[in-house]
Amino acid sequence: MRYLIAGAGPAGVVAAETLRRHDHSATIRLFCGEQEPVYSRMAIPYLLSNKIDERGTWLREPGHFETLAVDLVHQRVETVEPDHHTVVLSDGRRETYDRMLIATGARPVSPPVPGLDQPGVHHCWTLADARAIAARARPGSRVVLMGAGFIGCIILEALVLRGVRLTVLEAEDRMVPRMLDATAGAMLRSWCEAKGVAIHTDTRVQAVEPMGAEALAVHCEQGTVFPADLLVVATGVAPNLDPVRNGSGATLRTGRGLQVDSRQQTSAPDVYAAGDVCEAADWYTGEGAVYAIQPVAVEQGRIAALNMCGRPARYAGALPMNVLDTLGLVTVSFGHWSGVAGGDSVRQSDPEHHRYLRLEFDPQGRLVGAIAVGLPGHVGVLRGLIQSGAPLGPWQARLKQAPGRIAEAYVARVAGGG
Amino acid sequence: MLKALSILPDKCTGCMQCELACSYEHEGVFNPARSRIRVFHFHDEARYVPYTCTQCAEAWCQTACPVEAIQVNPATGAKEVLDNLCVGCKVCTIACPFGTVNYNQATGKVIKCDLCGGDPACARYCPTGAITYVDADLTAYERMRTWAARTDTQAQATA
Repeated sequence: MRYLIAGAGPAGVVAAETLRRHDHSATIRLFCGEQEPVYSRMAIPYLLSNKIDERGTWLREPGHFETLAVDLVHQRVETVEPDHHTVVLSDGRRETYDRMLIATGARPVSPPVPGLDQPGVHHCWTLADARAIAARARPGSRVVLMGAGFIGCIILEALVLRGVRLTVLEAEDRMVPRMLDATAGAMLRSWCEAKGVAIHTDTRVQAVEPMGAEALAVHCEQGTVFPADLLVVATGVAPNLDPVRNGSGATLRTGRGLQVDSRQQTSAPDVYAAGDVCEAADWYTGEGAVYAIQPVAVEQGRIAALNMCGRPARYAGALPMNVLDTLGLVTVSFGHWSGVAGGDSVRQSDPEHHRYLRLEFDPQGRLVGAIAVGLPGHVGVLRGLIQSGAPLGPWQARLKQAPGRIAEAYVARVAGGG
Repeated sequence: MLKALSILPDKCTGCMQCELACSYEHEGVFNPARSRIRVFHFHDEARYVPYTCTQCAEAWCQTACPVEAIQVNPATGAKEVLDNLCVGCKVCTIACPFGTVNYNQATGKVIKCDLCGGDPACARYCPTGAITYVDADLTAYERMRTWAARTDTQAQATA
């Protein structure tokens, strides 16, 4: 058996390891599109804040893939040709597969703003981006961060820790709009402002122009101009579908991402997908969703690999979950935090101490979503309560009285303790 | 044979010795807030439930870690946090559906039960036998494992 894996992020790496665990003799080739050791994008903010060095971003120890007899190949998979069971690599060579996994991840997207293609403007996605940002983000540098979404907020902390003078521009009406509601977003904003970060919401960048030899002028729609030594663009990511769009012949079914069934198989035989590239069923609605988060990526990588090596496994659906530590304020969100039709909810807010807990219940009395700001611990039980689908019974009323009792509710209703 | 914590809530009197022992063992202070085991009090039912990591086979914390900072101690089977690798990203704290991985603001790292390297202080100091450290195939442990299965998104996977 010959397995090819396009993409050496968490989904691809976990898939390679899972394949090897169940198939000792197969050929397993893992294609990494960057000329770097296999590394974790999630670790980049900690590299920028000097908490770790580049080695600290590596996903696996050196020699790991040799030990597993997985061929790590530093070539990008440019095209997948399902009709022929072949792929085309960046050096033009073709390779055949019996089964393959597309785990090509996501890539940053830029809004249609003129001037984003000049020196001093960077995404924060790859190790190369991180090196370029580190070179310009020095103590006292003027840095403009475009986008206060999840990735923007993680970089925000790293930039502040580097000692830059930071201005954040967000097009929507609050910080992290995909993860936090208005209350939580406002808390995060006041927290950041108290730490000396200038935050501008409802602010769209119109154009970026050079200013002098080294600097940039960031023009906003309202007419404001922000001078910058560095502009970091963090306006979201999208599935990297190039390998399935470049080819001719059979096309794989795509929506917002590469669509897969509950076995992580695409619309073509023997072609699977996992991680940020794919669109999989939401755990609650069953509708296709792209959540682009690490826990989903590694679970999908594992499920895909099991099916690839003939061990039927189904993915129960993707549950969105995020955690963010922004200059010491920890925010988390799970599931359908904005609520579901016919459901019920409770919110407990203490803006003065930056504490907030919002729980959303469905009509069947189950927890379906949550947001927490400044929650002191056991935060994982929110996932446990949501994903177990356990009916809360009398605990729904208790949580409505005292939402902070979530860990007790979990132990009582899921862990069988109470 | 690997050993595991066996927790029998019916025997727990809520004395909190386990929390104090855990805190002192790991942090050098008697502070229940810094314990890796927690006793839940269900006053309505006059019931106490000690609760900590089951070292579950699924190990969501370990697979979710982006930098391999959670690894299995082969001697004990415990999933341990390697402080020199942990970057404090907290993804494990939301990935663990049991809520038994927590962030320690003071160190910037996450903490979880490590079975004290094979001699868990909570079991050693439990005066009633509610917490014991026993061969891993005993029924109480299996029951704890079934808690895991109820949260398992991969329950239908065969491996």
